Amino acid sequence: MKEPEQGMTLIVKVITRLTVGFILLFGIYIVLHGHLSPGGGFAGGVIVALSFIHLILAYGGKFAFKKLDQIKASFLENIGAIMFLTIALLGIIGGFFFLNFLNKGEPFHLASAGIIPFCNIAICLKVGAGLFLIFIALTLFKIGEKKR
Amino acid sequence: MIYLLCFVLFCIGLYCILVKKNLIKIIIGISIIDYSLYLFLILIGYRMQGRAPIHSPVQRIENMVDPLPQALVLTAIVIGLAVLALLISIAVRLYDKYGTFDITKIRKLKG
Amino acid sequence: MNHLIPLFVAIPLGSAFLISLIKNKCFADSWANLATFSLLCLSVYSLFLTRANGTMVYKMGGWIPPIGISLVLDALSVLLLITVNLIALFATIYSLSYMERYTSKGKFYTLFLLMLGGMNGVIITGDMFNLFVFLEIASVASYALVAFGVEAEELEASFKYMVLSCVASSFVLLGIALLYSYTSSLNMADISRVLQSREEGKIIPFVSVLFLMGFGLKAAIVPFHAWLPDAHPSAPAPISAMLSGVLIKALGIYAILRIFFSVLGISQSFLTVLMVLGTLSMVVGVFLAIGQWDFKRLLAYHSISQIGYVILGISLGTPLGILGGLFHLFNHSVFKSLLFLNSGAVVYATGTRDLRKMGGLRERMPVTGSTCMIASMSISGIPPFNGFWSKLIIIIACIQAGHLGYAFWAVLASLLTLSSFMKVQRYAFFGKKKESSQSIKEVPLSMRIPMIVLSLICIVGGVLLIPALRNNFLGPATDVLLKGTDYARIVMENLR
Repeated sequence: MKEPEQGMTLIVKVITRLTVGFILLFGIYIVLHGHLSPGGGFAGGVIVALSFIHLILAYGGKFAFKKLDQIKASFLENIGAIMFLTIALLGIIGGFFFLNFLNKGEPFHLASAGIIPFCNIAICLKVGAGLFLIFIALTLFKIGEKKR
Repeated sequence: MIYLLCFVLFCIGLYCILVKKNLIKIIIGISIIDYSLYLFLILIGYRMQGRAPIHSPVQRIENMVDPLPQALVLTAIVIGLAVLALLISIAVRLYDKYGTFDITKIRKLKG
Repeated sequence: MNHLIPLFVAIPLGSAFLISLIKNKCFADSWANLATFSLLCLSVYSLFLTRANGTMVYKMGGWIPPIGISLVLDALSVLLLITVNLIALFATIYSLSYMERYTSKGKFYTLFLLMLGGMNGVIITGDMFNLFVFLEIASVASYALVAFGVEAEELEASFKYMVLSCVASSFVLLGIALLYSYTSSLNMADISRVLQSREEGKIIPFVSVLFLMGFGLKAAIVPFHAWLPDAHPSAPAPISAMLSGVLIKALGIYAILRIFFSVLGISQSFLTVLMVLGTLSMVVGVFLAIGQWDFKRLLAYHSISQIGYVILGISLGTPLGILGGLFHLFNHSVFKSLLFLNSGAVVYATGTRDLRKMGGLRERMPVTGSTCMIASMSISGIPPFNGFWSKLIIIIACIQAGHLGYAFWAVLASLLTLSSFMKVQRYAFFGKKKESSQSIKEVPLSMRIPMIVLSLICIVGGVLLIPALRNNFLGPATDVLLKGTDYARIVMENLR
């Protein structure tokens, strides 16, 4: 016997398969472009997390966890926090905590603004993984407990 | 005048926390208080006919709204999110233990 | 070097995430202890630093305040830093064995260090909104720590604590928003400068009330105390020691002192309000404590009462009163965390918190018994322990300032404290031995060491009043408060 399929109906799954990549890509765009246009680490991180949450909603936990499970997410979250702190501490070499020690570059180009893009990436990791973990903790763990 | 709206919202949130007996409604009350504060912070920085405080090559820097309260609101939203997640997870655990969301029935602690 | 100042925040936050990243128990144990130990060393070193250089201001990212965030290290901050990190070190040593009974020790250390980082941040920051952020970091970590045991009572206490504390934070944020709209600045020194150059507006009393409600709730002054007796006993013992010992002081009292004395400027009417609230907490706390049979709950009520002493001493406004208040703040951290560690040891050994079910523990647990004896005598103000000296100073200061009524209440509260701790000693450590107490053993070494060291500090704590030591530790902190809004000028001068 085939196991009962997890997740929602076929229509939702197909649409999800089409859109989820774009959502992820849009999130990454928001993060990397954060120092030039509205957005940044937090907004982009939320969108990245939403793409994974989208997967869970459409396909159910099992499938989504193959892409990103809870241990990996927790790892990424910590990496994000430590990365942010390391950037801040590296500033001490230049003279001050949180100093923008890299070359500022030309305004309105992608490679500019010194450490801010890196901070954005760190925040994106932290926020994205954090939101994803909050979502799992509030939904899936509860069901697991009921079964016991 | 519009500041009054924030204070009304704030008071609605406080009323919700003080009077309602359902854990989830109390959490909603806390959220309402938070939102009223975000609104207030944003309104502080607003200028009539102001535009978004984004530096771009085609626009001159004039008549921008104050960007600092917006940064503050973003931070406050993150903090609010963390607190909200923790509140809800504790409420879920409480429901597991007591089987109810009614605070009048959740009283193992005296006083 | 100047660069040590941000490390007070960076070390605990970094260690917290590192411990959460590397899920190894041995690593977590050793790294957490290393982090708190290095923080204590740093804060003692910063004591010498401020003695040599005076107030130190650190510009984050090289931005000059009021544009950038600044960190300010002055004598008052150093006093609080030493208190916080001292207790944190002993709490981590204590949790080596104690937390073995709980699962996921790594998560415990992560939350613990986050809370510590938040507290250190509140103490050294020189920026209003930054203060709010650190306040929330410390509070959120403490909510989770209160609920760490995930039993029904703990969850309930945590929920109650969270709801009240969220409201308090909202008041603080509203106050900060109003202050920003009035002064267009978030830097404390700059706000103070702007306020001095303007006439007294109607908004400042309103903001004062908001801050008093917000931080008063965090400090558990009496009309706002309802959460404390539930939340503090529910946490694991090292966390109770941290919460009662330092959290309510760092988030509540320190923030009140910094904002009202240094930023807004203190007025006589406000001091009177604080004095009344302090006396009220002192008396109400102790009366509520007398009837308690739960060991940790009794201690929690005494925290309210002792916080009242601190507030009363400081709000007298005289040099002697402030000195007494700050000294009592330090002493209370020491003996109250010692008492909570004792209660943790008792719970560890007997498995109950009810005083009526204990008895004759003194023979079974000599170290816990004798250290608890010292702490009890210290909290009830028996010479020559440290609690006696600070209470004596506060009472003398009351009499000098002509507030005989307040002095009377302080003496009465002290007597009632003595009686309630006589009850603890009588029922828990002396008295008849229970049948079930045969199997009770003394707690492990890593739990005994913090208790012994803290009780030694209780015994010799009085030496801090010797002029040579006082002029280096408590005296400068008193001066910071006495100078009041000169804070703005001092910070601006030290910007360089």
